[in-house]
Amino acid sequence: MAGSMGYQLSFNQIWTNFDKLAEGLLLSLGLAFISILIGAIIGLVLAIWYVSAGRVARTFISGYVEFIRNVPLLLLVYLVFYGLPTVVNISYSAPVSFVVTLSLYAGAYLVEVFRSGLDAVPKGLLDAGKAMGLTPWQRLLYVRLPTMTRITLPALSNTFISLFKDTSIASVIAVPELTYGAQWINNKTFRIVEVYAVTTVLYVVTGYAILFGLRLLERRFRVER
Amino acid sequence: MTATNLLQIDKLSKSFAENQVLKSIDLSVAAGEVVSVIGPSGSGKTTLLRCVNFLEVYDGGSIQIDGREVGYVDTSSRKRRGEVDLAGMRAETGMVFQSFNLFPHLTAEQNVMLGLRRVRKKPLKEAREIAQHWLSRVGLSHKADALPSELSGGQQQRVGIARAVAMDPKILLLDEITSALDPELVNEVLDVVRQLAVDGMTMLMVTHEIAFARDASHRIVFMADGLVSAQGKPDDLMAEVATNERLRNFLSRFSATAH
Ligand SMILES: Nc1ncnc2c1ncn2[C@@H]1O[C@H](COP(=O)(O)OP(=O)(O)O)[C@@H](O)[C@H]1O
Ligand SMILES: [Mg+2]
Repeated sequence: MAGSMGYQLSFNQIWTNFDKLAEGLLLSLGLAFISILIGAIIGLVLAIWYVSAGRVARTFISGYVEFIRNVPLLLLVYLVFYGLPTVVNISYSAPVSFVVTLSLYAGAYLVEVFRSGLDAVPKGLLDAGKAMGLTPWQRLLYVRLPTMTRITLPALSNTFISLFKDTSIASVIAVPELTYGAQWINNKTFRIVEVYAVTTVLYVVTGYAILFGLRLLERRFRVER
Repeated sequence: MTATNLLQIDKLSKSFAENQVLKSIDLSVAAGEVVSVIGPSGSGKTTLLRCVNFLEVYDGGSIQIDGREVGYVDTSSRKRRGEVDLAGMRAETGMVFQSFNLFPHLTAEQNVMLGLRRVRKKPLKEAREIAQHWLSRVGLSHKADALPSELSGGQQQRVGIARAVAMDPKILLLDEITSALDPELVNEVLDVVRQLAVDGMTMLMVTHEIAFARDASHRIVFMADGLVSAQGKPDDLMAEVATNERLRNFLSRFSATAH
């Protein structure tokens, strides 16, 4: 098969270096998974705090959310990896730095998701919890959070898919995830079309598989409202 | 003032912003008594019930259950009870809602068990036995493991009743519990309430089922414009139609819309 400039497609060298892509894919999934876990904890704590707190706390939380949402992720990665260690005296590896960044990033988006989820819990359910004598914490634990989780599951799935794709940005600080693996193979073999074609397929297929799994989960837990 | 009344409401008032919904309600319910509240929509019936378990904060007057002031530390001061204290008081009243309000993530049995476990602190085995007992009383033993979304409206409401009475409340509050149901499902729910009345459960219920109120309750209260306009034994109240124009209008409008 000949390209317009006589470029011969050849996947051989992609397959011989495929371990770089496979390991990269696993790392990407791992980074996304850890980040959504930490991000969900940040988001949940801040969302619960937000709905029960006064003006000062709300301003602080909104500030965090607005800041993160208005700074490009790439810039955040640089800020946390290069900027932060020079300002405060800490040092960390690139993967750790990236997880911190992506968690803060996910947290800001998930505060909003959880906050609207908490607001969307039907008031009648909270009344039913009150009427049976549940205390405020018990209502949160046994009524509001379980209902909110089911309401927010679709948004959580979408956030996870986004984070999985966003892990590609970690390549700029040499975290050996999937995109970095692709760059590495490209630099070594100059098979630019082949390596990025295969990498794209890996992102798409994995993303679709995750989505499929999560949609099954959502159907299992759907809330009738 | 009678100490024997389980529920004693005196000069209760409640406003939403400028809108004074309850003006000065005096109402009592004795232990074992079944009292129905009827009245035009918007007359404050729901608000009245919601004040009794402090889902609404009332402005003036007093509500006592078994001699204890609802919501406030005592009758004279307006000092609110703490949240845990409030929760404890609310556990003494059961409430059944117009829109069922079953917890969607819990099965029928788990809905009934939640309060038994977390409020009454019953051991798992005992809580399950009580839940199974009440589900069987409302004819839903076979639906114990069903989620609310898998139940008909009538079945959901029967679970709602089981959830409330399983807590062994001193008084049961029922707010138009059949008005969201298809007509053919109304009776299965009313039958459960009838049975509770026979068993001596103290009940305060808002209803638009006039015929049901007449044969199931000891006393009917007619509310209009935030006041108790008339009350009495069912037959006595119906006799008041001659002298109470509002009641006459309400009941005639009612029979005009009913079939
Ligand atoms: N949470 C609320 N906020 C403002 N107004 C309310 C609220 N709940 C009820 N109302 C008003 O109080 C009045 C009485 O309502 P309600 O107690 O529901 O009457 P009923 O149950 O007799 O139909 C209505 O005018 C209603 O609009
Ligand atoms: Mg009402």
